[in-house]
Amino acid sequence: MPSVKIPRKSTATDMTPFVDVAFLILSFFMLATKFKPPQPLSITTPYSVSSEKLKEQDAVQIEFDSAGRIFFTMNVKNQAQDNGLKLELIKQVNANRNLGLSNSEMVNFQNYTTVGSPFNQIKSLLALPRTERDKVKQPGIPVDSTNNELATWIGAAKVAFQGKQVFYMIKGDNHASYPIFKGVIEALKKNDEYKYKLITDPKAVPPGTDLYTRRASGAAGD
Amino acid sequence: MADIDVAGGDSGHKKGPGVKKAKKLSTRVDMTPMVDLGFLLITFFIFTTTMSTPSTMKLFMPKDDKNEEDKTEVKESGALTIMLGKGDGIYFYEGQLEPNGSNFQSTTYKQIRDEIIKKKKQVISAHYHTPGCESLQKGAQERGNPDWKNACKDKDFVVVIKPNKESTYKNAVDILDEMTINQVQRFALIDITEDENKLVKATEASRGIK
Repeated sequence: MPSVKIPRKSTATDMTPFVDVAFLILSFFMLATKFKPPQPLSITTPYSVSSEKLKEQDAVQIEFDSAGRIFFTMNVKNQAQDNGLKLELIKQVNANRNLGLSNSEMVNFQNYTTVGSPFNQIKSLLALPRTERDKVKQPGIPVDSTNNELATWIGAAKVAFQGKQVFYMIKGDNHASYPIFKGVIEALKKNDEYKYKLITDPKAVPPGTDLYTRRASGAAGD
Repeated sequence: MADIDVAGGDSGHKKGPGVKKAKKLSTRVDMTPMVDLGFLLITFFIFTTTMSTPSTMKLFMPKDDKNEEDKTEVKESGALTIMLGKGDGIYFYEGQLEPNGSNFQSTTYKQIRDEIIKKKKQVISAHYHTPGCESLQKGAQERGNPDWKNACKDKDFVVVIKPNKESTYKNAVDILDEMTINQVQRFALIDITEDENKLVKATEASRGIK
C-alpha cells in the first residue's frame, strides 16, 4: 500500500515585503515628526471649534497648569534677532524690579526664556545652569490683584519687542480655576492689551448650528 | 522566521581527489533583528510625534471704562446671563434677575446651546425695524455672512457670561466656544455679583456638589 506523503514545506517566510512596509512607515513618521519642545508644565488644553491654526510668530506665551502655576515665555519668530530681544527683556525686568542680576545670569536667561517664579527667586534660579533649571519646581508667577508680577513681565516684553506686532497666547489647563485665567487677563489689561489667542485643541463644529451653516456656505473666517 | 540557509558544502559530487569545491554560501540574510529594530523605531516615533497642531481661539476683551457714558447699554429683553459654578455647574436667567430668584434656572453644558438658540430666535422675532439697520446688514453681507438679513435683528441679543471663583478655565473656554458656535455677536465676560453667587451656592448646596 502506497503511503501518502505529505510534502514538507519550509516554515520560513519571505519577510522582505514586511520589512519594506515597516521602513516605509518608519520613514513617514520620521519625516512627519515635529518634536515636542521640552515643556516645564503638563497642560491639557480645552477644545474649541476655532479653525485658526497656531503659527510661529512673535509672541508672548502665558501658560498655566491645573495647579494654577503661571509660566511666562517669550517666543521670537526670527531666530537671528532672538537673543538681542530676550536679553532686552531680562534687562528691562532687572531694571524695573531691581533684581540685581549679573551679566552672566542675564545671558543664561536668554537661552531659555520660560520662567515661572516670583521675582524674589529669579536670581537664584538664573544662577543655575540650564539642565539644573529644568529640575527646579517653580511655583509660578503671582497674579494677585495686589502683586501682579506677570504684568511687569508683559510690560518688559512689550518694550523689548519695540512696537512690533506681538501676539498674546494663553495656554491653560482644563482644570485650572477661573481666577487664574482672570489674573492673566488682568495682567494683560494693565498693559493695554485686549486681544488674545487662547491655545486650544481643535474639534468639529456641531451640525445644525449657526456656525455650521455659515462654514458650509463657504464664508471666510469667524 | 527567516533563517540562514547553510546548504551547500560537501553535498555535491567531487571532481576528484584533492579538488575542493568552493563553498556555496546562501545570499539570504536573517532579517529578524532588522525588523525588530524597525518596529522599535516606529513605536518611538509614534509616541513622540505631535500630530494635530493646536488651534487658536481669538478673545477680545473690552477696555475697563471708568466713565459711565461709554458703557454699552443692554436691552433687558435681549439679555441672557449665564453663570458658571463649581463641578461644571451652569445656570442662567433671561433679562433681569428677579429679586426672589424665580427666573434663575439650572442647566447643563449640553443643553445651554438650546437655550442660547431659543433666546436668539426670540430676540430676532421680536425685532422691529430701526434706522441704521441697513448699514449693519450691508456690512454683514460684505463680510460674506449668509445670515446677513438677520444681522441687525440680533443686535439686541447680548450674552453675559459670569464665571464664579470655583469654575474652571475649561468652563470659560467652553462657553466662549458656544458663542462662536451660535454666532453670538455680542457677549461679555464679567464678574459674578453677590446675589447671583448666593443663588449658585444655594443650588450647589441643595444638590450636594462639592
